[in-house]
Amino acid sequence: MLNAAGLPDATTGSASLVLSIVLPVAGVVLSLVLGGRQAERIALVLLPIGLAIASVIFVQVTWGGHSLAYIVGDWAPPLGIVLRADGLSATMMMMTAVVICAIGIFAVADFRTPADVFEARAPFAFWILLLAIWSAMNIVFVGGDLFTLYVALELLTFAAVPLVSLDGRAETLQAALRYLLFAILGSVFYLVGAVLLYGTYGTLDIAMLSERVHADPATIAAAALMTAGLLAKTALFPLHLWLPPAHAGAPAAASAVLSALVVKGSFFLVVRLWFDVMPGIPGAAGTQVLGALGAAAIVFGNVLALRQQRLKLLVAYSTVAQIGYLFLMFPLAFNTASSALQSGSALTAGILQAISHATAKGAMFMSAGLMYAALGHDRIAGLAGIGRLLPMTVFAFALGGVSLIGLPPSGGFLAKWLLLDAAVVSGQWWWAAIMLAGGLLTSGYMFLVLSRAMTPALEPVKLHATIPQYQQAAALALALCSLLLGLVAFSSFDAVQIGRPVAAQVG
Amino acid sequence: MNAAAWFGVCGATLVGVGLFGLVTNPEPLRKILAFNLVGSGVFLMFGVVAKRGAAVGLGGDPVPQALVITAIVVAFAATAMAIALLLRLFEATGEANLDSSLSGDAKRG
Repeated sequence: MLNAAGLPDATTGSASLVLSIVLPVAGVVLSLVLGGRQAERIALVLLPIGLAIASVIFVQVTWGGHSLAYIVGDWAPPLGIVLRADGLSATMMMMTAVVICAIGIFAVADFRTPADVFEARAPFAFWILLLAIWSAMNIVFVGGDLFTLYVALELLTFAAVPLVSLDGRAETLQAALRYLLFAILGSVFYLVGAVLLYGTYGTLDIAMLSERVHADPATIAAAALMTAGLLAKTALFPLHLWLPPAHAGAPAAASAVLSALVVKGSFFLVVRLWFDVMPGIPGAAGTQVLGALGAAAIVFGNVLALRQQRLKLLVAYSTVAQIGYLFLMFPLAFNTASSALQSGSALTAGILQAISHATAKGAMFMSAGLMYAALGHDRIAGLAGIGRLLPMTVFAFALGGVSLIGLPPSGGFLAKWLLLDAAVVSGQWWWAAIMLAGGLLTSGYMFLVLSRAMTPALEPVKLHATIPQYQQAAALALALCSLLLGLVAFSSFDAVQIGRPVAAQVG
Repeated sequence: MNAAAWFGVCGATLVGVGLFGLVTNPEPLRKILAFNLVGSGVFLMFGVVAKRGAAVGLGGDPVPQALVITAIVVAFAATAMAIALLLRLFEATGEANLDSSLSGDAKRG
C-alpha cells in the first residue's frame, strides 16, 4: 500500500520541492560570482519567487489533501533520497516564506550597499546568508531522511552564526563563537544518534525507520542523544545560555531571522523525530521530561525578561520562554492507551505556537530595532515619548505581545487555547497552571514596556535617524499576520494533519 | 573481542575524552580541538557500523562510508568557521576567551 516514496497517497514528482531548495542556493552562488550590490538585487528578485513556490506547495498540499514527494535522481530509498512535503512541512514552509519576505523588505534600508563603494561587507553577507537560511529551512522541512536533515541542520547553523556578528563588535563575535560551540556539539550528538540508528536498522529514511523501529537500548540511546543535540540548538532551558546575547547583539533584521526562524528549524526536527520516526519510543517519562524543561523555560525566561533593562535583551529572553511553550505539546500529545505520541490537536497547537511566535517575534525584533535606531539606545526606562514618534512601530510591538500573551484573536491565543484544552482533557492540569502563570508574566513585561513607551516625554525627544515608513509597515504586517492567524486558523488549521502516517492517527 | 568491537571502544573513548575536554576547558581553542576529538570518535563509529552492516556479502556497507565523507567535510567547515571567529575575536580584543566581561555599552560608546 505504500508507494515508492514510502507514504500513502503521496503525489510524486513535485519539482516545486526541489525548486524551493535550489533557487535560494542558486541565488547564493550567483551573488558570490557577481559580488557587490548584485547580492541585494538577486535576493529581492528571489523573495517573491520563493514566496510563490511556497504558496504553490501549500495550496497543492491543502487542496489535494495529501503529501507531495520527489525522489531525487530516481533513486528510491533506502539508497536514494526522497523529499517529502506533508501538511506539517507545507505550513512551516509557508510561514518561513512570509517571514523571510517581510524581513527582506525591512532589511532594504539597513543593508543597502553605499553608492560610492562596489561592495560593503555587512550587506553582502546579510543577503547571501538570508538566502542560505531560507534554503536550509526548506531542506529541514522537506528532507525525508535523517542524514539529509543533519546536513540541513548544519547549513542552517553555518548561515545563522555569521548573522550574529555581522557588525563585527567584540561582544557579538563572542556571542557568535559561543553559539557555534553549542550548535556543533548539538549536531555531533545528533550525528551519533543517526549512526546508531543506521547500525541498528540499516536505513535512515524516515518512513522506513518508522516501520522498523522498536525499543531496544541502541534506539533509546539514539533518541536521547539526538533529542539532547537538537535541544541545544533550539535553546531549550537549560541549554539556552547562548541565545540572549546572540539574538540581542545582532542587527535587528538578523535578530528577527534568528529568533523567528532558525530556532524553529531544530524544533521541527524534534517534532519529526518524535512524531514521525519513533512515536512509541519516548514513553510517558520522556514526554514529561521534555514538558518539564519547557515549563522551566517558560518560568525562567519570563522572569528574566521582566528583569531586563534593555528592550532587545527582553525580547530575546521572551524567546527563551516562548520556546518552552513549544515543548509542552509533547506530554499533551502522549496517548496513555497506545503509549505513543498521537498527532492530534496538541501537535496542531504546537505548530500553531511555532508559527505565531515566528511572526510575532519577527515583528517585535524589527520594532525594537526601529526604536533603537530612532532613540540611539534601547533602555526600557528611556522609552518615554516613542509612542508619539513611532506609533506604527509601537503598535506592531504591542500586537506581537498580544500574540505572545495569548489574547484572542491572535494565533498565540488559539495555540495556547488548544494546549490548555489538551491539558484539561488528558487530566494534566499542572501544564495548564504553568501556561496561565506564563501568560501573566508575559503580560507583565509587555505592560512594563508599553507603559513606558506611551508616557509623554518630559522634554522633546531627539530622533537619531528618520525611520522609513515601509520598515514600520513590514513590522506591522508581520504582527498583523500573527494576530489574524487565530481567525484564519479556525477554518484551516487541520492543514498540519495532512499526510500524517495512518498508524499515528489510529494510535 | 573482534576488530569491529575494538574500533567501537576506541571511538567511544575518543568521544568521551573529547566531551570531557569540551565541557571542562574554558579556552575556546581547546574547546574546538576537543570538538574535533569527539568528531573523530563519531567517524570511527561510522566505520564500525559499515563493517557490522556488511550482511549483504560486500566487504563493507558503502552507505556509512559515503555518509562519513560528508560528516568530515561538515566538521572541517565548522572548525574553520570557529577558528575564523576566534581570530577575529583575538584581533578585536587582544585576548581569546568566552567569559562575558565585555560590556556592550563601553564598546559602543
